[in-house]
Amino acid sequence: MSFAPGDTVRVSSRAHEGHHRAPGYLKGKIGTVERVHDRFLNPETRAYGKDGEPAKRLYLVGFELGDLWPTYRGDADDRLVADVFEHWLEPAS
Amino acid sequence: MERAVHDRGGWPTDAPVDRSEHELADWELLMDAIVGALSRSGAMNVDELRRGIESMEPAAYAAAAYYERWLFATETILAEKGLLASGELDERLSR
Repeated sequence: MSFAPGDTVRVSSRAHEGHHRAPGYLKGKIGTVERVHDRFLNPETRAYGKDGEPAKRLYLVGFELGDLWPTYRGDADDRLVADVFEHWLEPAS
Repeated sequence: MERAVHDRGGWPTDAPVDRSEHELADWELLMDAIVGALSRSGAMNVDELRRGIESMEPAAYAAAAYYERWLFATETILAEKGLLASGELDERLSR
């Protein structure tokens, strides 16, 4: 599943033992694809001595801080952007 | 969901964020150089380094400085690959 800028996505909250780059505070959260990056070697296999192929698409995803932290009391427009691999994203619209 | 010790974003705390800087000590610069050399030679990549850091016991992780985690991870990964024998560094240091 590939995504385009403007797509609404949810970060997967599936269990995953071992090294991966999806931070816990984003899991299950909904954001918007801001930018489509290149493909990069997969850190989840590269961390265990493999070559990281096939390379995985990376996206810049934006989140409302109020969605990430329910008690957030800053500006309602405040956002956080994070790089998230395609296989950690699900369609959410 | 249980979160590993390194996955800290959003952990509840009342402590203020420590923004203090310090001059890097020689051993820290050396640790950085060693990891760079190991990466360029293909002996250990950054994802392996991170996996090694993430394998630390939570209490040890919390007590360790940034480059101490790099040292732990480098020793762990190189030992795992057989590039370093278990205890080899300690044995060399005690000479």
